[in-house]
Amino acid sequence: MTSVALSPPAPDFKTIAPDNWKLAIVVGLVVSVLATLILPANAAFWVVGAMAAMVAASFVVNAYRRHYYGGLLVSPAIAVLFVMNIFPLVWSLGLSFFAYQSNQQNIRFVGLRNYQQLLTNDLKAPELWANLTNTAMFVVLTVAAQMIVGFLLAVLFAKQFPLRKYLLILVLTPMMLSVVAVGVFFSYYYDPTFGLISQVIKAWGGEQFILMSNKTGAVAGIVFADAWMWSPFVMLLVLAGLVSVPKYLYEAAAIDRVSGWRRFWTITFPYIRGLLMLALLFRTIEAFKMADLVILLTKGGNDTMTISYHVIRIANEQNKTSEGAALSYLLLFVVIVLTNLYLYIANRRSQGA
Amino acid sequence: MANTISIWERLGFRKASGVGEAGWGHTLFAAIISLIYFLPVLIIILTSFKLQTEALAVPPKLLPTTLFGLIPEQYVFSPTLENFTSVFSRAYVAGGAAESTGFDRFFFNSIFIASTSVLLALVIGTLAAYGFSRYPLKGNDTYLFIILTTRMLPAIVVIIPVILMFRISGLAGSYLGIIFLYTAFNLPFTIWMMKSFFDELSPDVEDAARLDGSSDAKVFFKICLPQVLAGLAATFVFGLILTWNEFLFALLLTGVDTRTVPVAMNQAVAGGGIGVLWGLLAAIETLFLIPVFLVTFFLQNHLLRGVTFGTVKR
Repeated sequence: MTSVALSPPAPDFKTIAPDNWKLAIVVGLVVSVLATLILPANAAFWVVGAMAAMVAASFVVNAYRRHYYGGLLVSPAIAVLFVMNIFPLVWSLGLSFFAYQSNQQNIRFVGLRNYQQLLTNDLKAPELWANLTNTAMFVVLTVAAQMIVGFLLAVLFAKQFPLRKYLLILVLTPMMLSVVAVGVFFSYYYDPTFGLISQVIKAWGGEQFILMSNKTGAVAGIVFADAWMWSPFVMLLVLAGLVSVPKYLYEAAAIDRVSGWRRFWTITFPYIRGLLMLALLFRTIEAFKMADLVILLTKGGNDTMTISYHVIRIANEQNKTSEGAALSYLLLFVVIVLTNLYLYIANRRSQGA
Repeated sequence: MANTISIWERLGFRKASGVGEAGWGHTLFAAIISLIYFLPVLIIILTSFKLQTEALAVPPKLLPTTLFGLIPEQYVFSPTLENFTSVFSRAYVAGGAAESTGFDRFFFNSIFIASTSVLLALVIGTLAAYGFSRYPLKGNDTYLFIILTTRMLPAIVVIIPVILMFRISGLAGSYLGIIFLYTAFNLPFTIWMMKSFFDELSPDVEDAARLDGSSDAKVFFKICLPQVLAGLAATFVFGLILTWNEFLFALLLTGVDTRTVPVAMNQAVAGGGIGVLWGLLAAIETLFLIPVFLVTFFLQNHLLRGVTFGTVKR
């Protein structure tokens, strides 16, 4: 950028100037920490908010004076994300070092004791361990089902054919439903007496169909509902990839008489690989968070508790705020490690290919 | 499009010559699959026209018509609009006077909160995406990854401090709080998607316009923005679908006045202790589906183009 030469020099660190963002960050941090320690919580919140606004303003002024439009354009987004995502995260990290219950006033610093207790006692407890293995099982089963069904649906719709637009919207509809309605109505479909599946089986001379009576059935019911609801998401991503393959590549391949199987792996697959990976990543993260369908279909009965539901229970229903926060952070650690491992493998694959 | 390549060619199972658009045979096959996939939704929609006894009937009452005598009478129900009127006002005790359920308010809340926050995220996110795309920072990829990570975090990690933050600051139960939260919720996705669209644009036109003396703002509004309208539409639809049905944050952070339909739906299902009112729930969901269904249908073509995430590089 030629404009860099025209921009005024950056202010000295100690000068009080509206564009001295380094000073603003330091002052903002010090005041925020002091406010959290001294003031009551509701006043401290607004002080921290004001400090964030001050830092953001200094960034904007700085960016404007230096003709640094990148920073100017990005700063509103950063400010919103800071207040609504990053700040709560730091707060909950802090809370996990205290003994605090949201329905009581007293708060006590306990250091790493929450984590220590989780790692030594609770992790050995069979329930928590069962919640973790259940979550892993749901992640594997739902994501695998969504990837397969989504891929097959995408193959079905990649071709141009009459009425394609109208049929595609039918397949997309499950994604638009509220999870409450999906959960409640699938319990209606699964019901042994008036449920439709049971009635169809009985009409064909079968027994009464009781799905939710054991763990296998309950898991199958939840996985089926979740896969039905979210396969269209995978389908959209894969379909976008399939539609975007340039036609001349196939024409060239036809001239060179490349075999069908090889054509798929060398032409089609590179175009959908990125989107398949993205779908896998998004759905894995979502599946890791799964709680709502479990709450609606089994309420955690038949050994279908997930770890996400467990955290909601301790944090919201039992008001054990800091224990929930500590457990959340252990989970966050697991998710970040898994995500990075996954991205690392995906990157190496794409570089190797 | 006569020169469209069939999926079997795309997958490589057939020679890529002489095959045009797939015919009605494929339509029939796709229609059967689509209808099977759509069946649970169809049953919800049909249930919204049934009385409670008909919804729970054994054998099931499946359709509102006999299809010219094809379906035996016992599987047929007589459609009623009672559920749709009782979404908005009904008697809570048997024989009592009909009271307003407040659902008109909840529908307004859902539309207002979802559209405002998605549009806000679109404005802020598009600016940021343009910044990331055209004025790369040092360590640009790292910033982008951190922004994406905030969306990747399980909601459970953020929700405890957000509840506390909202209670303390008095934002709990206000429009402002939930709109800002949903804006932040949609931002990473918006930035990511819009950046991929700006990256795809050719910089030559912009450079030419700058040489002719256009300001940076003019280049953005007159040249870049019109080219990414499809991306804006696609991002809007994705954000709308996710925000429209968001349940957990809405359950914990909205008050009586700002309650959204998914939360109210949950309460309509759970409340009363007389079991689920199937027809009523189905009617709520059917009404709730219509706006997002129409928006998706009209923006469908953009949606398909929008999800490519910039992986389509020529």
